[in-house]
Amino acid sequence: MDTRLVVAIVIVVGLPALLIGYILLIEAVLRLLPGRWQNRLRPWLWIAPALSFLGFFLVYPTINTVVLSLQDKFSKTFVGLANYQYFFSNPDTLVSLRNNVIWIVLLTALAVGVGLLIAVLVDRVRYEPAAKSVIFLPLAISFVGAGIIWRFVYDYAPAGEPQTGLLNAAVTAAGFPPQTWLQDSPTNTIALIIVAVWIWTGFCMVILSAALKGISPELMEAARVDGANEVQVFRRITFPLLLPAVAVVATTMVITALKAFDIVYVMTSGNFQTNVVANQMYKELFTNGQPGRASAIAVVLLVLIVPVMFINIRRFRQQEAIR
Amino acid sequence: MTVAAASERDVTVAARPRRPFRWSRLLLHGTILLLIVIWLLPTIGLFINSIRTPVDVARTGWWNAFLPPWNFTIDNYSQVLAKNGIAQAFVNSLLITIPATIIPIAVGSFAAYAFSWMQFRGRDWVFVILVALLVIPLQTTFVPLLTILGPKGIHLLGAGPGAFVAVWLAHTGYGLPFAIFLLTGYMRGLPKEIFESAEIDGAGHASMFFRLAIPMSIPVIAALAIFQFLFVWNDLLVALMFIGAQNAANLPLTIAIANLSTSLGGDWQLLMAAAFISMALPLIVFFALQRYFVRGITGGAVKG
Repeated sequence: MDTRLVVAIVIVVGLPALLIGYILLIEAVLRLLPGRWQNRLRPWLWIAPALSFLGFFLVYPTINTVVLSLQDKFSKTFVGLANYQYFFSNPDTLVSLRNNVIWIVLLTALAVGVGLLIAVLVDRVRYEPAAKSVIFLPLAISFVGAGIIWRFVYDYAPAGEPQTGLLNAAVTAAGFPPQTWLQDSPTNTIALIIVAVWIWTGFCMVILSAALKGISPELMEAARVDGANEVQVFRRITFPLLLPAVAVVATTMVITALKAFDIVYVMTSGNFQTNVVANQMYKELFTNGQPGRASAIAVVLLVLIVPVMFINIRRFRQQEAIR
Repeated sequence: MTVAAASERDVTVAARPRRPFRWSRLLLHGTILLLIVIWLLPTIGLFINSIRTPVDVARTGWWNAFLPPWNFTIDNYSQVLAKNGIAQAFVNSLLITIPATIIPIAVGSFAAYAFSWMQFRGRDWVFVILVALLVIPLQTTFVPLLTILGPKGIHLLGAGPGAFVAVWLAHTGYGLPFAIFLLTGYMRGLPKEIFESAEIDGAGHASMFFRLAIPMSIPVIAALAIFQFLFVWNDLLVALMFIGAQNAANLPLTIAIANLSTSLGGDWQLLMAAAFISMALPLIVFFALQRYFVRGITGGAVKG
């Protein structure tokens, strides 16, 4: 039998059993202690397994990465900020940085914008659940799968030959020459972002739609009775009330754009000026054998995400205050 | 409440035909229909092409398949499963995904219970750090972890069965912030009275956890399980890091398909069949359990 299957079964059964045993054990030990110590120690013992995973897989590596980013490619000698200097001066890496900026702007604007549009539109029809399912569907598919799907939408054949790609078939039917969508920079980056929009619009739509259902219908009805048209109702009432939810999905999209990797890896491998920061890091690490430079790129990503972290913490604190 | 809302809605729907703006309704339906078609066509195209013959795929667009002579085949599927390692990759994906879904839920639920029902100093601070960890880019963890787990360290990565252990544990670490966040948000909302009366009856935390908190949290555990399952099943990056693109025996579907897309050089119908195989399970999960999936998303993003 496959060793991996045996290991999998052992882990799937063993690890939860181990955890349960651990909890029962600490509870038995705690019972021997005086009440004050019980209450002090118990919570920490209960969260200890989770904290060790978080510490080992997230906290320690992150701190270590900051240190490694200041070292050479053998992770031995400190080289100061040389890795960062390289990242911010090399034309190739600068292209990836530029592309991530395009990703952030376009993905956020399009996914949130279209998601909001769909959420508002389907709210008015009876087949809302079915329509939402369709828009939401791509989120269940892997980015690899989505990349393959769209590679064939963008497929190119020379002019005069039959076009097998949907987009070029439409373009040539309209009388224009076929385009090499994935090779012409900078529009090829936009073509990749469209794939991400296709995936993430459903996510934005679901959250915005949930927020929309939370708005009291009387508010809108009152405005309509006062003679406001649908556009005015949306601009003056619906949209302002949706802003918190818009902020949530927008920050999520910014993070998604910063971390963009799979789509680029599958569709262009970062060629034709479509590289992004996460893909550049992968190349530095595995193709170029430069863990120091790769770490520096990771730190740049982290620094860019830190503001979002603080926004999330502030939002979380506000919700806790309401609770 | 819901009944009242539903009847109100029925009234407005019934009243709608009397509105003068028929054109705007038409425009509304037209726009929604157009969006649905745009969203569906790429996937439909891939599926149609995956059941056409190689010659047809190379010569004409998938929409021609609707014209006679209808010439469909499942050869692409049997071929890609047998010859291109996709069957093995499917098994690998399952072997990776199932433990990587169960372990974080097990580890996370104990922590979530402590965060929900135990008072302790520093609790809020730990939870704030957890919220910060929710968005940490996985990239910042790779270089140190590759050193510890790789050939220079304890050598868990690459071709051997150990690579799976590394991937399971890594997905546990990466998935835990969201798991604890979602579970805690739900467990805190459980009725306080039940826990208080159990405590008066002399129940300890262990029995309250197993007998009350877990059974009552089944809906959110289901949501989390679907989420984590899809996340791991669809993951490319973590697998690339800890298994690598070249260790054929261990590759999950995502890497196997990404490799096919660069190595096939022609025979695209095989790539399409492989891609569709990788989507089959997520699509089934999605359609069967959509309600839980949506709850996981809205619960994780909007609520605390």
